[in-house]
Amino acid sequence: MNIKNLILIASLVLSPTIFAAGSASAFDKYKSGGAANFSASNGEKLWQRQVHSAKDNKMRSCSSCHTDNLTQMGKHHRTGKPIKPMAPSANSARFTKVKKIEKWFKRNCKWTWGRECTAQEKGDILTYLINYK
Amino acid sequence: MNRKIILGAVITTLLASSGVAMSDDDDDDHDGRKRGLFSRFFSKAGVTPVNNQPYIDECGSCHFAFQPGLLPARSWKKLMGGLDDHFGENAEFDSADAQKILNYLVAGAADTSSAHRSQSINNSIPRNSAPLRISETRYFLRKHDEIPPRYVTGNPKVGSFSNCEKCHTEAAKGSFSEHGVHIPGVGRWD
Repeated sequence: MNIKNLILIASLVLSPTIFAAGSASAFDKYKSGGAANFSASNGEKLWQRQVHSAKDNKMRSCSSCHTDNLTQMGKHHRTGKPIKPMAPSANSARFTKVKKIEKWFKRNCKWTWGRECTAQEKGDILTYLINYK
Repeated sequence: MNRKIILGAVITTLLASSGVAMSDDDDDDHDGRKRGLFSRFFSKAGVTPVNNQPYIDECGSCHFAFQPGLLPARSWKKLMGGLDDHFGENAEFDSADAQKILNYLVAGAADTSSAHRSQSINNSIPRNSAPLRISETRYFLRKHDEIPPRYVTGNPKVGSFSNCEKCHTEAAKGSFSEHGVHIPGVGRWD
């Protein structure tokens, strides 16, 4: 193998390592909770899943705040505060810390679906998000 | 002319200007245009600005990072005890982090802060009540009683009285003076 190939491979491997560090430990956690075979397409379906909320009698989904285009800014549904893009391709700060990933899953699953997400759901959604182009 | 006289004159001027400046952020600041030349250097924040990164990260990611001096300690304790239903939102996080943030909020709360606007807010809240909304305190209501709803709740660029920074352009610095007010789509207020 020549040097050029080595550099190419190294850059391909290293470029996603920053967000991978956070998401890798998240995936490990979900697997230890019995989840497996994470699927981006299942994650996409979950992302778009509409759930009725009795609190405001409206349908809620992840896209209520984050929109369906994950490379674009979202907006907090109530305060209007801008939310940075979810896709790591548009926002390299995403998914760098497992603690942060878990915090937002907890908050947002409870708000959106009225319950916490399962390990399988979180793994599927995370797979969808980190692979979003 | 004697040097001492010049120095005395300079000091007198500075003191006079600062005296006007101190009233900058005061309760009735309609006469803002009479501000002294040095007011910018002497003006102080009405509430102490936020200086705690975990608080900015955890709370400021969804809404304006309201300064601790905008509510008394008993309000912050009540609010932080109900994050699972935070004005209809789920805002729960790690309990160790939540405790640190509560400590920060309590340390700078309106009932202990020496900032003048904090004291005014605190004085307007009955001792037996612990409001969760700054916008429901008597002080806040009195300060905003001339603002027509169409400028705020009916204004898509503002939306709510809780979006302080939409009109108070220096809110993040702890200044809520009328001089810093610019209502989107309406203009300056002072």
